[in-house]
Amino acid sequence: MEHYYQPEIECASPEKLRELQNKLLPAQVQHVWDNVPYYRKKMQDKGVEPGDIKSVDDLYKLPFLMKSDLKDAYPYGLLALPLEDCVRIQSTSGTTGRRVVSFYTQKDLDIWEECCARAIMMAGGTNKDVCQVSYGYGLFTGGPGLNGGSHKVGCLTIPASSGNTERQIMFIMDLQATILCCTPSYAAYLGESMKEMGYTPDTIPLKAGIFGAEAWSEEMRRDIEKVLGIKAYDIYGLTEISGPGVACECSEQNGMHIQEDHFYPEIINPETGEVLPEGQLGELVFTCLDKKAFPLLRYRTRDICSLTREKCSCGRTHVKMTRLKGRTDDMLIIRGVNVFPSQIETVLLKNGYAANYQIIVDRVNHTDTFDINVEMTPEMFTDNVGEIQAQKKKLESGLHSMLGIKAKVSLVAPKSITRSEGKAVRVIDKRKI
Amino acid sequence: MSVNQVSVFLENKPGTLNKMTEALTKGGINIRALSLADTKDFGIVRMIVNDVYEATNVLKDADFIAKFTPVLIYTVSDETGGLNSLLTAFTEADVNIEYMYAFAGKEHAYMIFRVNDTQNAEKILASKGLRSLSQENIANV
Repeated sequence: MEHYYQPEIECASPEKLRELQNKLLPAQVQHVWDNVPYYRKKMQDKGVEPGDIKSVDDLYKLPFLMKSDLKDAYPYGLLALPLEDCVRIQSTSGTTGRRVVSFYTQKDLDIWEECCARAIMMAGGTNKDVCQVSYGYGLFTGGPGLNGGSHKVGCLTIPASSGNTERQIMFIMDLQATILCCTPSYAAYLGESMKEMGYTPDTIPLKAGIFGAEAWSEEMRRDIEKVLGIKAYDIYGLTEISGPGVACECSEQNGMHIQEDHFYPEIINPETGEVLPEGQLGELVFTCLDKKAFPLLRYRTRDICSLTREKCSCGRTHVKMTRLKGRTDDMLIIRGVNVFPSQIETVLLKNGYAANYQIIVDRVNHTDTFDINVEMTPEMFTDNVGEIQAQKKKLESGLHSMLGIKAKVSLVAPKSITRSEGKAVRVIDKRKI
Repeated sequence: MSVNQVSVFLENKPGTLNKMTEALTKGGINIRALSLADTKDFGIVRMIVNDVYEATNVLKDADFIAKFTPVLIYTVSDETGGLNSLLTAFTEADVNIEYMYAFAGKEHAYMIFRVNDTQNAEKILASKGLRSLSQENIANV
């Protein structure tokens, strides 16, 4: 049976949804024009006024905001309300370089937490569930967001935060946690650890997992589902827009419904900025429709995906985004070829290895070097040198055919690739260009 | 009787082998024989130890990947042709050797053989009068 947190809006007819968006957008543009001089200037430079934006069809007229704008306007330049109306800040984990600080009113927090509550119920959660939140708490949005969502659903919430794997496992087993929220790489790691400790999927009480904050593949999903005996759901979000829950996966496990009553999505060509039609792959852009303290308009996420409005069996009508293909800034250009870490992950899992790897790119004599360290697994290890070398050769040729360029694979010791705050460090780019 | 050899995956990095011997030392494991297969980017240590089960536990705790592999161990007499006569028996029995290494016991020298079909090889060689050592024998030689 399908559960909904806010069925009236999650399952609203497309017409009703559009009507709501068209009502919210002009008011939001006016709010930003009145209160954010930084963006007003951008609009003026483009010759656009609030009166030009009558519906979402006019959205293309507005200027984009990029990560660099957030840096330029740091810390208060994009704030649209006096500080006394704000109750919280969150900040990005800084994996891509610069810190971003986002502001929230109490109403903004409620919107965000409601989105997380929708995510938990999409994953089958109800107030009878015990929800362990193993995302980091603090400035990172993962912990606070799912924590708030879990409260709103009425789950018994375990604010475990990240790290201390033994304690995580103790809580899962002793308090019979049924829903786990963390990064997919940490879920895989927890799964490995539980397996090592002798827990089989049927003895683990978990039934669902809500995993996000980094790109992962379908193969990785199947691996996690198998080792923990759960259904694994993708969740998407970003601090700039609110946090996790901007989009989440339903029982179909085939793309994430975007909470478009709050966040209006577009897909653009990252080179030209032109809006692309439904189904085409491009950069995801969000416009906050009703968030008031930090209301970004046409914010370029750098995430690559496509949108679909095909009817979903879960009954929700909100547009779905496909699994992230990668990030425009995760994307590595090696010897002129675009490489996404998710492609490497797919090949690794297909060849029997785990998704524990690290890409090291350098430039020697004006040529890019491309090395991938892959952790050896007990399943792949044998005492036969030739067999291991043959497996490695097969992996290298699989990578070559997937990526179009050759990589040098090195097999490294298990657990030797560093994981920071539960997020694996996947790429080390030593090139100085 | 075949003997369980412990095979361990080693990353090609300074100090890895030492980290392994340290773990074994802390676990009170005595290495009776050791051979290292090395390639340019990884190595496999193969060894005979006094307590295989404890050794794999200790290694696992130190984040090493370790596996059991059945091997055959035979005594080699300390005289000209000692190894030759042993290998002649292997040839006659049509047993293919994947790898081998030696160790010296208190009185005799011993050869450790990894073959593709351990059980079958052992049976044929036994019919030629060659008796392989058991796990218990190893502790006392």
